[in-house]
Amino acid sequence: MISIDDGVATVDFFGVKRLVRLDVVDAPVGPGDYVLNHVGFAIRRIPAEEIADTLALYDELLRSASDDLLAGDVRGELDATEVPR
Amino acid sequence: MTDLARLRPVDERISLKYGAGGRAMRALIEQIFADGMGEVPGGVGLAAMDDGAVIPIGDHRWLVLTTDSHVVKPRFFPGGDIGRLAVAGTVNDLAMMGATEPLALTCAAIVEEGFARAELERIWASIRATCVEAGTTVVTGDTKVMGRGELDGLALNTTGVAITDRYVRDCELRPGDLLIVTGTVGDHGLAVMATRHELALEIELRSDVAPVNGLVRAALAVGGAGVVAMKDPTRGGLASALAEMAGKSRVGIEVREPAVPVSDAVRAAGELLGIDPLVVANEGKVVMGVRPAAVDAVLAALRAHPQGAAAAVIGVCTDERPGAVVLDTGFGRRLLSEAEGELQPRIC
Amino acid sequence: MNDLEALRFRDPVRARALVDALGHHVRRAARPPDRPLAVMHVCGSHEQAIARFGLRATFPEGLEVIMGPGCPVCVTDVPEVDEAVALARQGVRIATYGDMLRVPGTAQSLADARAAGAKVDVVYSVTQAVELARRLEEELVFFASEFETTAVATAAVILAGPPANFSILSAHKYIPPVMEIVAEMPGTRVEGFLAAGHAATITGWGVFTPFVARHRVPVVVAGFEPLDVLAGLVRLVELIVDGDARVDNAYPRCVDEHGNRAAQAMLWQVFEPMGGRWRGIAHVPNGNLRLRGAHARWDARRRFKIDLAALWDHAPPALVQHCQCGDIMAGISSPHACPLFGTACTPDAPVGACMVSTEGTCRIWHQYGGRPDLRPRAAGATP
Repeated sequence: MISIDDGVATVDFFGVKRLVRLDVVDAPVGPGDYVLNHVGFAIRRIPAEEIADTLALYDELLRSASDDLLAGDVRGELDATEVPR
Repeated sequence: MTDLARLRPVDERISLKYGAGGRAMRALIEQIFADGMGEVPGGVGLAAMDDGAVIPIGDHRWLVLTTDSHVVKPRFFPGGDIGRLAVAGTVNDLAMMGATEPLALTCAAIVEEGFARAELERIWASIRATCVEAGTTVVTGDTKVMGRGELDGLALNTTGVAITDRYVRDCELRPGDLLIVTGTVGDHGLAVMATRHELALEIELRSDVAPVNGLVRAALAVGGAGVVAMKDPTRGGLASALAEMAGKSRVGIEVREPAVPVSDAVRAAGELLGIDPLVVANEGKVVMGVRPAAVDAVLAALRAHPQGAAAAVIGVCTDERPGAVVLDTGFGRRLLSEAEGELQPRIC
Repeated sequence: MNDLEALRFRDPVRARALVDALGHHVRRAARPPDRPLAVMHVCGSHEQAIARFGLRATFPEGLEVIMGPGCPVCVTDVPEVDEAVALARQGVRIATYGDMLRVPGTAQSLADARAAGAKVDVVYSVTQAVELARRLEEELVFFASEFETTAVATAAVILAGPPANFSILSAHKYIPPVMEIVAEMPGTRVEGFLAAGHAATITGWGVFTPFVARHRVPVVVAGFEPLDVLAGLVRLVELIVDGDARVDNAYPRCVDEHGNRAAQAMLWQVFEPMGGRWRGIAHVPNGNLRLRGAHARWDARRRFKIDLAALWDHAPPALVQHCQCGDIMAGISSPHACPLFGTACTPDAPVGACMVSTEGTCRIWHQYGGRPDLRPRAAGATP
């Protein structure tokens, strides 16, 4: 989110600026926050730490499929490509 | 059974899809426009539905002829206007047939009563400037004025003529041939769509409309007979152009989606609107089919040219599933189909 | 979200790993070839994601991912389209989402009405429709289609007080009731549901708890990036194979148990659920959303007298009798099993709504190739 003006926020979406209304989002949002947009309304504020949680969830799913040899090879690839924040 | 044979009979009433550049339009041309007409012995005629016609005029000399009408709305858009489009479109169609030095253009205008003189002057300034870029000029034309309300503003038609000693078609691909696109795709279509829908996007979407005959000349100079097919992906976008080339050549085409150059702005706009950059128009790009032996040289020549800096190999022709274009998305595979009819932005 | 983080949900390496994990769990199930594991999703956007990224070509043998009645355009019933078309023919200006434009009613679609001179505007948000109404002197009716997530936007607009010349023709739908219908259908093979992430952002995943208790099948809430969809399927298949019938949230960055209560409050303040027909699925109790009496002044059905009789003189085309959209949406049939698919029914000449909508099963299968065998036959076929 870049700026807010009278209940309407300007958000940056991969470098594209878009106007989004804040009528229905259930948490206070401010510049720097991420939001989920649906037909021009922000419906959810997304805390940045939850993005990491989702990735952790995916990795957990992969580890539970542990007796597949191929998954093991790919896990090695994954660890090698992990991008430092 | 060719793609053309599967075309449906044309409807009783002509709807908008018949001008969209896809299957419906090809059906209209085949069933009505080219019926019993347009054969060119020793050349390329109407039934081929290529970017232009090719008429033999002597030993290893052909006349290339093409025509285009322009009704784009809005008439002015980021990166260009209807005048620039009118010149570039025709110059590029000649180039797609291998004729990169246009002899001359015609330009006919149908103007609605009440049209502003200032706007006409602006459009003509653009036509002149684009002609200079392409190395050609408009030598003859026609002018008509229709009553207020009988026409939506302005319609332009341009015809171009050139002579070439080698022509290139869009139907001579073989398995193993590689496909190159000369730059980013989706620019023009998404720029116009964003402007037309007055979307509050505030991004720098710019049409890529430009004459590319110089770029093609550079590629042909090094590639020669190794460049076996060319098409400009205008209405219907990359998907349509590849579908036509695959269908006419009777080969399958495999495209690697991650290899297709798409600008960040176009990618984002496409995500937002739910419109695939691969199915919208480009007005300054070329899809080339190139023999493997010539690929490196052609790619280098394209990239050395200012208009071809982002040129990339995007796919290969195969002998599997002739006529179909398969897209490797990086996550899976699907058929790359042509869009049907008018594109609407999606919502969810 | 910056590019790097977004790309993490489109990371092809993780995607391949998730596909392998999916295969692993399917193999654990050790089903006979004629009884594959069958799961259903109920969201057009999930099908779009699957189709667009070509995920169907990667699903393992032994797994069937069925598209249920999650295409809002497809389930909008003929009488609702007829109401919009009738109003348009009466000279009232209609604003609609692009997808609904070509959906056939009894005699015409809104696109047909427009071609014959009616005033029909395509908008991509209800806000745009309101802005249009503000600029006009005449009445503007917004044909409010789509599911509960979109209905929230409509509710917000009503509560903010639109201009007097604006009104709503509500065809909004509510998904949880139709999951009940599908789960109760005789002959249903569905063993688990993938639930729509954006709707659950509003309703919370808790809304599915009574459903799993009643029907003893797992429900996993999933997002729409390729990794989200794959991860959701992995979790769902894992739960099915383990016999674990519960709700699981695979979209934690956007969904929690209770959802967006402010949005829910707005939704139910403006709308009430009503039983109604969904195209092809007969009666869905509480499946339709209609404006409450308190907001009657914005209800197009009360503001206008809609003359449907003029449309009923037309008999439906004979082809419609063969249309299998209803069964396809319920997961009982598939496009390839429909005699009209790809021949008499194509995107440019659709018979059923499933072929009209960009999220319709038939449209997507036709455009993207359904589940053809697209694996490269020869090594080195790709550059």
